[in-house]
Amino acid sequence: MNRNYELMFIVRPDMVDEDLNKLISTLESSVSSAGGTAKSEVWGKRRLAYRVGKFNDGIFVLMMIEATGAVVHEVERRLRVTEPVIKFLTVRTDEELKRLDKIKKIRDSKKKASAQPVAAAAPATPVTPAAPETATEPPASAPV
Amino acid sequence: MAEETKAPTGSAGSSGGESRPERSGGDRPERSGPRSPRPGGGPGGPREGGRKFFRRKKVCKFCVEKIEAVNYKDVRLLAQFVAESGKITPRRLTGVCTPHQRRLSRAIKQARNIALLPFAGRAQ
Repeated sequence: MNRNYELMFIVRPDMVDEDLNKLISTLESSVSSAGGTAKSEVWGKRRLAYRVGKFNDGIFVLMMIEATGAVVHEVERRLRVTEPVIKFLTVRTDEELKRLDKIKKIRDSKKKASAQPVAAAAPATPVTPAAPETATEPPASAPV
Repeated sequence: MAEETKAPTGSAGSSGGESRPERSGGDRPERSGPRSPRPGGGPGGPREGGRKFFRRKKVCKFCVEKIEAVNYKDVRLLAQFVAESGKITPRRLTGVCTPHQRRLSRAIKQARNIALLPFAGRAQ
């Protein structure tokens, strides 16, 4: 059961590029060897909103991981131990993605339904409060 | 006169009481508390200083623009809902609807944790 996570971590600003890439590839390989996928983006140096440790800037790195919880736990443990990493935050995103998918589906199907009959009552806009009028999908509109 | 000795929660302000700058109706239990329950923010003015007119109905920015996902990463969007002091602005001032305010608040707290937004003080 793979879950989607977003892991953002901040590395101290005086770190060299190659060391950073080495660190990222180590983490990615630890994820993929445990049977997950990882993708990372380096946001670059940014000013921090408050002083962390002794630094006012940091290099932000974002990693999208698709793996089980144990794998992410291991990655976090490594990050905690790594000296250049000063902060990290993991967010679980699969519930959010599921919700967005559902909304998109409802919106798409509503667009199709209102495209066919040019009913006088139903406006063509896919606005969710107008769900009871379309009456094509009563169960789907309720949880939204 | 009996009406004058009582506080101005007289016969005029029996339901809603929007036209009077009065405090909460303690002796009128059927009113739903001191806060106006209306989602649009309602006449939040009269309580605070005698403004008698309805404030322009504020709409939820997220509902209007149909922004579904509020991410902690888009600092520019989040910073619009944060005051100068770093505090999250209440929804009666911004007009955001409740589910979006909850998601927004969560995203702001996540952003604060990852040093994208400050906990206190101005955002540089």
